[in-house]
Amino acid sequence: MFILNIKRIIKTGFTNFWRNGMVSVSSIMMMTVTLFFIISLLLCSVLFSLTLDRVKDEIDINVYAMTTATPEDVLKLKQDLEFLPEVDNIEYISREQALSNFRDRHRNDEQTLQALDELEENPLGSVLNIKAKEIGQYAGIAKFLESKTVLTDGEDIGVIDKVNYSQNKATIDGLSRIIDAINKFGVALAIILIVVSVFITFSTIRLAIFISREEIKVMRLVGANNSYIRGPFIFEGAMYGVISAFLATVLFYPVLFWLNPSMENLFLMDVLSYYSSHILMFFAVSLLVGIIFGVISSALAVRKYLKI
Amino acid sequence: MIYFDKVTKKYQDGIKVISDVSLTIEPEEFVSIVGHSGAGKTTLLRILLGEEKPTKGVVFFESVNINKIRKSQMNKYRKRIGIVFQDFRLLPNRTAYENVAFAMEAAGRKDREITSDVPHVLNLVDLGNKQGSFPRELSGGEQQRVAIARAIVNQPDVLIADEPTGNLDPDNTEDIIKILKKINELGTTVILTTHNKNVIDLLGRKRVITMEDGEIVRDKNGGYIL
Repeated sequence: MFILNIKRIIKTGFTNFWRNGMVSVSSIMMMTVTLFFIISLLLCSVLFSLTLDRVKDEIDINVYAMTTATPEDVLKLKQDLEFLPEVDNIEYISREQALSNFRDRHRNDEQTLQALDELEENPLGSVLNIKAKEIGQYAGIAKFLESKTVLTDGEDIGVIDKVNYSQNKATIDGLSRIIDAINKFGVALAIILIVVSVFITFSTIRLAIFISREEIKVMRLVGANNSYIRGPFIFEGAMYGVISAFLATVLFYPVLFWLNPSMENLFLMDVLSYYSSHILMFFAVSLLVGIIFGVISSALAVRKYLKI
Repeated sequence: MIYFDKVTKKYQDGIKVISDVSLTIEPEEFVSIVGHSGAGKTTLLRILLGEEKPTKGVVFFESVNINKIRKSQMNKYRKRIGIVFQDFRLLPNRTAYENVAFAMEAAGRKDREITSDVPHVLNLVDLGNKQGSFPRELSGGEQQRVAIARAIVNQPDVLIADEPTGNLDPDNTEDIIKILKKINELGTTVILTTHNKNVIDLLGRKRVITMEDGEIVRDKNGGYIL
């Protein structure tokens, strides 16, 4: 009996879906828009947090050694620093390496390269890039370096040219504030859009069921019980969810394709390929949301007409 | 089979729609209830269906007091009664076949029974060749015949027809009455309401109950007196 009813409910759901063509299409369109916003919200918050992580990862302290300092001096300083518990790792860049990095960075800038060539000597000192274990620990390392430069305990004098921690810090703090602000704004906007479209979708489904209210009354008169009447409507709602989830996920491709160039600058990554590689996750989320949403909307809407 | 015992129905504003009606209907009887609009015919049927409760009095269906049937059991009770309305009330998005099949599905009947019974019942109402038509593609008379097929397909004990010919022309009216008579001959109790003299004439010597202002003023076999 139960299986027979399920079979009939599914069959009726399909038939109604097909015969109420326009109503189904408009419900699906509205739900697709809703799911589209939800995917956008999800994608943006993932991207922003990835970008923020990456920017945070860029934080380090660069110690520029004097050109007069010998490699041994600098390596000695590196050793001293490695004793600090806060330090995660230190990258040593020799003077030659620094020069070739510089040339590489300015390979399109003839003037600079010419000017560099005119110098007889390598103008760059070696560099130590220090990474702390946690962001909060940079201040301690910076303080230590400060004491190294200020205290004249002999050997270290004249090794450190400059430490650029404070410069970096301001930039990074600023950047994370901006990212945070954009993120919050985006989330707020997305939530408003989601709420609005949820309401519109709900109304569309309600309207679809309103059209069938006479039908529901007749079904009751003919002796159908409530769950048998409700079944096909709920199944239809779930179908709206499945189809809309599919449409929304696919529709994201052309949109991302169009937006990708400008988004690449913002997020420092290829958003389209990120989306492609995580498409199953996005589909699964919108499928789940779509089905739950469709089922709940239909159940709420049909309930009204079953109370006779 | 059906017994109304001194049934009175008053609405909240104190107007009596039915007053002190007593009435017995035997199994396999064909009973017509006639009267002007507002005479209380439809209210009487609604009380019989359990859609309304009498203010006073009781109604028995095979010795069961229908006012004491619990809501959860009401479905079962209603499955024993088939109903036909003046405005047909078919499911617009379903074919004639599906409309009739729906009543069987709702009653939890097996697919095998449905595929064998539905065409049979549609043949009985002369619609064997229009099984795949939607209500909008059928004439009023044809729609009413689908409604009758739907009402009898679960083999109810009683068929209630509330002004079944109210929206039909004389030819279709005659067809419908013929079908109802046929159903009655096959053993189903039929209760018909109408205010159409022709319908009573078509029924010949059947029992006619005349109602006026909520009271039964006449109850005899044959003839139409208003």
